Amino acid sequence: MADLVSHPAEVKVISKRFGKGAANIDRYLELDGYKAVQKALGMDADAIINEVKASSLRGRGGAGFATGMKWSFVPKQSSKPKYVLCNGDESEPGTCKDRLILEHDPHSVIEGVIIAGLAIGAKIGYIYIRGEYRYLSVIMEKAIADAYARGFLGKNIFGSGRDFDVFWHGGAGAYEVGEESALMESLEGKRGIPRIKPPFPAVVGLFGGPTVINNVETLASVPPILLQGGEWYASLGTPKNGGTRLYCLSGHLNNPGVYELPLGFNLLRLVNEVGGGVWKGHKLKAVTPGGSSCPILKADECDIAMDFDALMKAGSMLGSGGVVILDEQTCMVKYALRTIKFYQHESCGWCIPCREGTDWLMKSLKRFHAGAGLKKDIDNIQYLAENMLGRTFCALGDAAAMPTISIVKKFRNEFEDHLEGRPCPFDPESVTQQLPVLAATR
Amino acid sequence: MLTHYPVKRSILVPTLLFVQDEVGYLSDEAIAEVAKRVELTELEVRNVISYYSMLTLKPKGKFNIQVCTNICCMLRGGESIFDHCKKKLGIGHKMTTPDGMFSLEEVECIGACSWAPAMQVNYDFHENLTPEKVDDILDNYRHKAQQ
Repeated sequence: MADLVSHPAEVKVISKRFGKGAANIDRYLELDGYKAVQKALGMDADAIINEVKASSLRGRGGAGFATGMKWSFVPKQSSKPKYVLCNGDESEPGTCKDRLILEHDPHSVIEGVIIAGLAIGAKIGYIYIRGEYRYLSVIMEKAIADAYARGFLGKNIFGSGRDFDVFWHGGAGAYEVGEESALMESLEGKRGIPRIKPPFPAVVGLFGGPTVINNVETLASVPPILLQGGEWYASLGTPKNGGTRLYCLSGHLNNPGVYELPLGFNLLRLVNEVGGGVWKGHKLKAVTPGGSSCPILKADECDIAMDFDALMKAGSMLGSGGVVILDEQTCMVKYALRTIKFYQHESCGWCIPCREGTDWLMKSLKRFHAGAGLKKDIDNIQYLAENMLGRTFCALGDAAAMPTISIVKKFRNEFEDHLEGRPCPFDPESVTQQLPVLAATR
Repeated sequence: MLTHYPVKRSILVPTLLFVQDEVGYLSDEAIAEVAKRVELTELEVRNVISYYSMLTLKPKGKFNIQVCTNICCMLRGGESIFDHCKKKLGIGHKMTTPDGMFSLEEVECIGACSWAPAMQVNYDFHENLTPEKVDDILDNYRHKAQQ
């Protein structure tokens, strides 16, 4: 469905089967499919985990936690069944990569789930797909059925004497469910409200059993790691940031699209070379480097390696790989407002700093954009957002606060341009009606 | 599907979405029936329904147009696509045309960021939109309904 793009700088590991019809199981087998899982069946669990540790693969869902480490936290002995849960609730604004993997290479995800299961001693894996991606559920359902028909799933997989089941599960529209504990709640048929941690899912997770939860892209990266070796994968990226990932380029670019590049690829090159530069000959203003929840980078901060550690050092995050490019004509107040409007809508309402904080932030920013901002509100927005940090059950509160704080800090002048009756300088017509609060303060 | 999970309740959300796709919305009767089959109270079922943005208690049009206006779509004109739909259909957010053909909704990120602006009509994605393209798409759906 979605158009595929290509660029010579790409290093194709996860995307190597894109556009090659690999959703068909025969085609997948021709393209080295299901070889990694057969190799894994001959290895012991610790050897699989060590291979993944050696690859320095880090979670592609946003947090960037070391995958091998995560798997090693699952206790060997457990009175309850263990589970692998693949997180395909891709909803972070700016991110559209899991969609391509599920569409073009669903078997690689199934294979990744089985390998994770072998590593932690689970017998069941669930692939959670967001409700909006209905056509991908259809593709996944067929892929799973085909794998069962070949004896790759079910009893005695590949004649190994071991059993493994994989099921897909559909969501019904909720960003918050992408949070791992909310994901488990949703799969258990409840509202997607995050659980308090500890206990962590590796100990008490889905249906009370030890659970490993990984993003679609993370699991799709596992088969090539097992086939070609963890060290090979690690060497593609930078130290502690192994391999490649899918960067979803969007916003004001000439060639937006999803490109696979090594970790540590320079952000300016990503924008100017791979993405074909900022559109309409405009200048670059800012970049959100890893999905809407990441603190924004100003144009002069963009000469940076795209890996987890370098971006963290620069005060931002690599997140989920959604790279949003903003040109010089973007109103940052409007951008901040639209971002916070999203988090206000998606906050599950369970804890107060997030539920109330996102709402207040939205109201303040709305007032600013309408040309009725008050000078003290600039600091108030900052203060409010800073007080949400670390005070919520899950990371949604942080996800809302971090971009807001960075935009106010880095583009304070634009907030000042919106003060007291001055309509948005970038789009004066967008403000049709002045808010009553303005009259009251005059 | 029941055999996929150790607890019956897990089928609740997929079942509700399935029922909604069949009936058009989650009617009182539908909720009562689902509650009975999943062995929950109606209140528990409604509690779950109110959380998920795709589940609806109100009937929608035959074609539900969901226009994304989140950041990536906004940067490439998603808001004007939404305005264009409003004007063309003569309805606003979460409203349905009098003939029951179309309903309109402004939605959050649908995962089409690199192909923005985008919308979904029921479950179908339409990407790299322009107002002209939207006109064609809506006309096509109208034709489809008349056939």
